[in-house]
Amino acid sequence: MSPLPSVDTLLDKMTCDLQQLLSDRGLENPVMVGIHTGGVWIAQALHQRLHIQSPLGELDIAFYRDDYDQRGLQPQVKPSSLPFSTENRHVILVDDVIMSGRTVRAAFNELFDYGRPASIILVTLLSLPGRELPIQPDITGQQLTLEHGERVKLLGPEKLALKLVTGAA
Amino acid sequence: MTADSQLQLNSKGQLRHFLSLNGLNRALLTEILDTTDSFVSVGEQAVKKVPLLRGKVVANLFFEASTRTRTTFELAAKRLSADVLNINISTSATSKGESLKDMLQNLEAMACDMFVVRHAQSGAAHFIAQQVCPDVAIINAGDGRHAHPTQAMLDMYTIRRHKGGFAGLVVAIVGDILHSRVARSEIQALTTLGVAEVRVVAPKTLLPTDIEGLGVSVFHSLKEGLRDADVVMTLRLQKERMHSALLPSEHEFYKRYGLSRDSLGFAKPDAVVMHPGPINRGVEIESEVADGVQSLILKQVNYGIAVRMAVLSMTMSGQMATRIKSS
Amino acid sequence: MTSQLKLSITGGRVIDPFTSRDEIIDIHIAEGRIVGVHTPPPGFQPDRIIDARNLIVSPGFIDLSARLGEPGFAQKGTIHSETAAAAKGGVTFLCCPPDSRPVVDSPAVVKLICDRSQQTGFCQVNPIAALTQGLEGEQLSAMAALQEAGCVAVSNSWLPIKNNQILRRCMEYAATFGLRLFVNAQDASLAAGGCAHEGLVATRLGLPAIPESAETIAVITHLLLAEQTGVRLHFSQISAGKSAQLIAQAQRQGLAVSADVAIHQLLLSEQNIDHYNALSHCQPPLRSLRDQDELRQALADGTVQAVCSDHRPHEHAAKSEPFAETAPGISSLETLLPLTLKLVECGVLSLNTALQRLTQGPAQVLGLPCAGISVGATADLTVFSPTESWEINADTLISAGKNTPFLGETVAGKVKLTLLMGRVVYED
Repeated sequence: MSPLPSVDTLLDKMTCDLQQLLSDRGLENPVMVGIHTGGVWIAQALHQRLHIQSPLGELDIAFYRDDYDQRGLQPQVKPSSLPFSTENRHVILVDDVIMSGRTVRAAFNELFDYGRPASIILVTLLSLPGRELPIQPDITGQQLTLEHGERVKLLGPEKLALKLVTGAA
Repeated sequence: MTADSQLQLNSKGQLRHFLSLNGLNRALLTEILDTTDSFVSVGEQAVKKVPLLRGKVVANLFFEASTRTRTTFELAAKRLSADVLNINISTSATSKGESLKDMLQNLEAMACDMFVVRHAQSGAAHFIAQQVCPDVAIINAGDGRHAHPTQAMLDMYTIRRHKGGFAGLVVAIVGDILHSRVARSEIQALTTLGVAEVRVVAPKTLLPTDIEGLGVSVFHSLKEGLRDADVVMTLRLQKERMHSALLPSEHEFYKRYGLSRDSLGFAKPDAVVMHPGPINRGVEIESEVADGVQSLILKQVNYGIAVRMAVLSMTMSGQMATRIKSS
Repeated sequence: MTSQLKLSITGGRVIDPFTSRDEIIDIHIAEGRIVGVHTPPPGFQPDRIIDARNLIVSPGFIDLSARLGEPGFAQKGTIHSETAAAAKGGVTFLCCPPDSRPVVDSPAVVKLICDRSQQTGFCQVNPIAALTQGLEGEQLSAMAALQEAGCVAVSNSWLPIKNNQILRRCMEYAATFGLRLFVNAQDASLAAGGCAHEGLVATRLGLPAIPESAETIAVITHLLLAEQTGVRLHFSQISAGKSAQLIAQAQRQGLAVSADVAIHQLLLSEQNIDHYNALSHCQPPLRSLRDQDELRQALADGTVQAVCSDHRPHEHAAKSEPFAETAPGISSLETLLPLTLKLVECGVLSLNTALQRLTQGPAQVLGLPCAGISVGATADLTVFSPTESWEINADTLISAGKNTPFLGETVAGKVKLTLLMGRVVYED
């Protein structure tokens, strides 16, 4: 399997693609929200590169997961913080990895509890196969396929890097 | 595992009933406090609701009237997106001949997922969890003189938040310990969480027999009892006590055991004052102290919703896990 | 109802506290009486031979307190069901307390109970008469008439006497007719509302409690008044070690006072109500382990003359409530023997002493003219295996009440045969 890409390289590509998309759609003054924890790190990097005016929002989707009945409430929930109104705004939603799509679904639900956005643009650093819901990112750094039993992890918050993890989850 | 922990915990050690703090270890109590932190944040946001208990039915069964506790539980359940039923139980319900057991089993048949129960008899919540509805998550909102575990947890949260932790603290509980379920739960929580010393301060008539056996030091003098205390918890004194030969008058109680600016001075200068409410101004506590800088009374009320959200969600989760396992 | 059967019980170990006999010997019975010990009368041909090898033959047990449900509480039990349970437990004579409905304060009620128990024929029943009318603690009951109807003792059960002046008069009146006063010692105001022993367990469980002094104060009051009035006093089902001490002291001073203790007070304690176990909710409450120890000693040294079942059958619903609202009492006729044998196993009593406390002790308390196992005596006998074990559960118990905290336990000691006036009233 080819070595994992450098995060910086991916961020450069994503910044470029995102600027293009915003321009094509004529979207002005978007707000950005990252999904804890990896999505927030990626969002921080993008937020800086794109010079977005409003502060960065952070979502913890723990209360919106759909597996509460099976797994229960996991403690160590970091609070969500949206220091702006999402009503009628264009929201750039950022996560590190999209796989089944359930995390993003939970994030949608939570965002909509806060208000009705004008639109949501989904940005992920990586896209892995294995969708269980029909949700696709608008922008992604790279599509990746893993061997059986492999997982990928984003290390941070300084020096962002991708790491391959084998073995049990 | 003690019988109390066997009853309250599922095989993974998760809460499936919340009846008393007896049999719950420090790790679990800490988990409740940590979970409360998350819900306090939720309470500070514009959107205070989370969907954790969506589709679940929580029934409030208050056999003893209580507007404030019932309202707090109702609010906590609604903020978790649960459907809430307030069952109107007149005190004459059982005098109509229907036993407690029959009434509850009828409610269970209506597919309630959780009962929040307040009852005048000690052991009522245990009875319901053990013998009546083992598949419904039972939350004890106060049973007789036995326990009021959610109150104790919110008081522990308040202490942790304002004193930074529990190690080394001297905590004094003042007032009618004999009749107090709050006191019994506080004692349990404080000893499990590892404070340095728990003291009870009261005249002999208001102290239960062998209370030292619960791990507390007994004081009859307020001055001695508050000396070097970091936390002073004072309990509500009910008017009936004056009529049962337990106390001569409110006045005498206030003079000897009331928390005033002077008597608070016996404690450490940075001691905090707490009260489970509702307060009797001028009986167990002076207005100046209740409203003063050292008082955390309003904070307690504030945290009450978050603590109950934590307890409700953790217990419902544990009960669901039990059901999934057995299905 | 006397049987016409001739029986021989052979090879059993006969332990008879009345005659101090303890040997393997044959017993021969005809027309409801013992007609031969060891050697049968000449020409005796038994209709049935009962092989009692490896079994113990004892006089039938005498139980100073067992409630039958009837009259008045049919959902809890009937004279039929409970006397059958008595026979299964090896009890051939029992006293039922006066707190039935109607109260045993008239000869008519006495007759009702005696007739019914004779009709069912499992066990001899001697009702304890009410001390006051309606047990209300104010007016003397018709004690002379009740004595004539067959009662040997009077009691106000657990209900209070209005004041000491009335108590004194009740004692004097009972003493007039030589009636024994059975006392459930309890000061009503100290015990008010309580359901558990005042101690650490009740404190932790938040249960309203009954202090030891509720019993000891009543004990002292009754001892002093008994001394003054000369009534023959018996304390029923004491629970505090201190009570035994006070009674021993009075006995040493020459007062004619006796006491019994319920078997569960000797094996259980306040620990058993932990986690709100309503099956261990008793009246008087189970007290501390120290009390249990002192009661055991008092039974061993004879301060306490008898152990009884204090049998109280209850329907399931009566125990299915929050603790303080459950009815107190244990269904215990059928477990009296194995639980008493547990005391023997623990070394509290010898087997012979244990059997004495189940037979001669209570007989003396009641003033019954028992001759034990001797020629001419009524053939009320219990034949049991001290070693055979059985599980206590809803199926093995024939009492209508399955309310015992010993459910699920396997115990040693099984009655194999019970004879009442020479008739087999129970056989395993």
